[in-house]
Amino acid sequence: MLELIAIRKAFNQGKPNEFWALDGIDLEIPQKGVTVLRGPSGSGKTTLLTILGCLARPTEGRVRLHGELISGLPERFLTEIRRKTFGFVFQQFNLIRGLSAIENIILPSYPTGERRSVLLERGEALLEKLRLSHRRDNAVEWLSGGEQQRVAICRALINSPQILIADEPTANLDTRLAREFLTILKLLADEGRTVVMTSHDPVVADSEVVDRVISLRDGRIVPDLAQVFAQAFG
Amino acid sequence: MNDWIERQRHLLDFTLTSLARRKTKNIGLLVVFTLLVFVLASVSLYTQALRSEAVRVLEQSPEIVVQRLVAGRHDLIPPDYLVGIGRLRGVRSIETRLWGYYYDPVLKANYTLMVPRTRTIEQGEIVVGPALEHTRGLGTNTGISLRAYSGELHTFLVTDVLPHETELMSADLVLMNEDDFRRFFNFPDGHYTDIVLSVANPREVRNIGLKLMEMLPDARPILREEVLRTYNSIYAWREGLLLALLSASILAFGILAWEKSTGLSADERREIGILKAIGWETGDVIRMKFWEGFVIAFSAFLFGYVLAYVHVFYLRFFLFEPVLKGWAVLYPRFALTPQIDAMQLITLFIFTVVPYVAAVLVPIWRAATTDPDTVMRS
Repeated sequence: MLELIAIRKAFNQGKPNEFWALDGIDLEIPQKGVTVLRGPSGSGKTTLLTILGCLARPTEGRVRLHGELISGLPERFLTEIRRKTFGFVFQQFNLIRGLSAIENIILPSYPTGERRSVLLERGEALLEKLRLSHRRDNAVEWLSGGEQQRVAICRALINSPQILIADEPTANLDTRLAREFLTILKLLADEGRTVVMTSHDPVVADSEVVDRVISLRDGRIVPDLAQVFAQAFG
Repeated sequence: MNDWIERQRHLLDFTLTSLARRKTKNIGLLVVFTLLVFVLASVSLYTQALRSEAVRVLEQSPEIVVQRLVAGRHDLIPPDYLVGIGRLRGVRSIETRLWGYYYDPVLKANYTLMVPRTRTIEQGEIVVGPALEHTRGLGTNTGISLRAYSGELHTFLVTDVLPHETELMSADLVLMNEDDFRRFFNFPDGHYTDIVLSVANPREVRNIGLKLMEMLPDARPILREEVLRTYNSIYAWREGLLLALLSASILAFGILAWEKSTGLSADERREIGILKAIGWETGDVIRMKFWEGFVIAFSAFLFGYVLAYVHVFYLRFFLFEPVLKGWAVLYPRFALTPQIDAMQLITLFIFTVVPYVAAVLVPIWRAATTDPDTVMRS
């Protein structure tokens, strides 16, 4: 479904501090299922995630979505693809302070021009699904970390995207909330969505919800040692 | 079409909530910008109204005034002057005028004493300007004694006060009978202060002026258009002077507004990044921020202009009055006719709202065109 071919990504290209964050990534993300990108800091997880989610373009290489080349599309079309196909959950949640939970949730749908009543209805259904209806009109800065994350997930799902991109979703959560997140993840996977996320957290990577773990080091995909051992001795 | 309208509604909705979320900053900006517009609009509304007032009053004044000069100073018109001018073609009527200045040591102010052309005043009576009414306490049927330059004391009865509408021009005027005037100033018989001419064809005014100078080389013809021009330049000069005096504060206000509006806070940058990452187009972000800037600038323009209008036409321009109206002991008190000049309004709009909105958009455009992936790294 989502295919990366020979992806390289440079920062500060042509300058003395030029740095290649990704160096020859070939990767295919299948439709449905949960994929986790794992690796130490600076391994290129987040950069890879931004390219998968059309938030950034690769310096070299190609990105295909449903077989169509999208890496060369102009910004305007990429934005539309991003809006329709992807939902994002950021590490810091990146909710807009001062707005209520429901207003944050329907924000990605503003450019679609759908009626406000329709958006509210959809937002409320998502809140209900994630058991957050009682926080509908609360300003997001007053919500707990777990609640903020659930609002961020609702926001990511408001345009019914096929693919959910999450960057270190459990980094700011305690174990109980991390497990709660995995429950939500299961819900989304059961609905047939594709989830790609980065995570350091062993609670996430070792979870049965996760279908596939991709390990990265120095901008390259490396064999996952745990899986290698499991295959060799398991 | 419906989608487009809904989209604009969403943008406007977000803009208004965004304004409300940064209340302190936006109210501060609104206040500073309103003050800026208020000052500029007050000065221009007032000078424009003064100019119109002067034009209105001078419309009834003579087309040409002829004065005589001796050694470059104004001198009396001798009787033989009138004969020569009467022969000039194109002159419809000639009238002589008697007027002079009188210094009143009681008020420490100068009055203009004059014999009116269109009004008969009996001997021993005078009609006074509105400023004398409120500063010297003169009203109908009150008496006043004035000591002439000869040392003689003359007593007059005030029979009327001139209407307040003409106060800009008649504040210090004292109208009197011709005999009283000549006696008071020891003014020689047959001599006059100056002569006023009315001309049949307004296009000939300048030619007649030239002919007068040829015929009477010691005469100085003063055309009405020249008087108007002088008034205009006086008000323009005072307007410039006031703006120069206020320029420091206007500049300070301007810089403050510029700083506040163009400096994007980290919070705003973050917000733009989030909006782009969740699927807003660069154009949507710029449009939203444009509306934000426009709402502030346009509201400030409206508030500032309305405040200036009230200040000029209802509160008598009390903040800057002395600079623009001139200093005098007999201060004219008059109400200006409320008016708005479309061109002036548009100019002020162009010089205040447009640069502000443009200044707001530049940093927004820069922030909005950055890659949305920066939000992943914040």
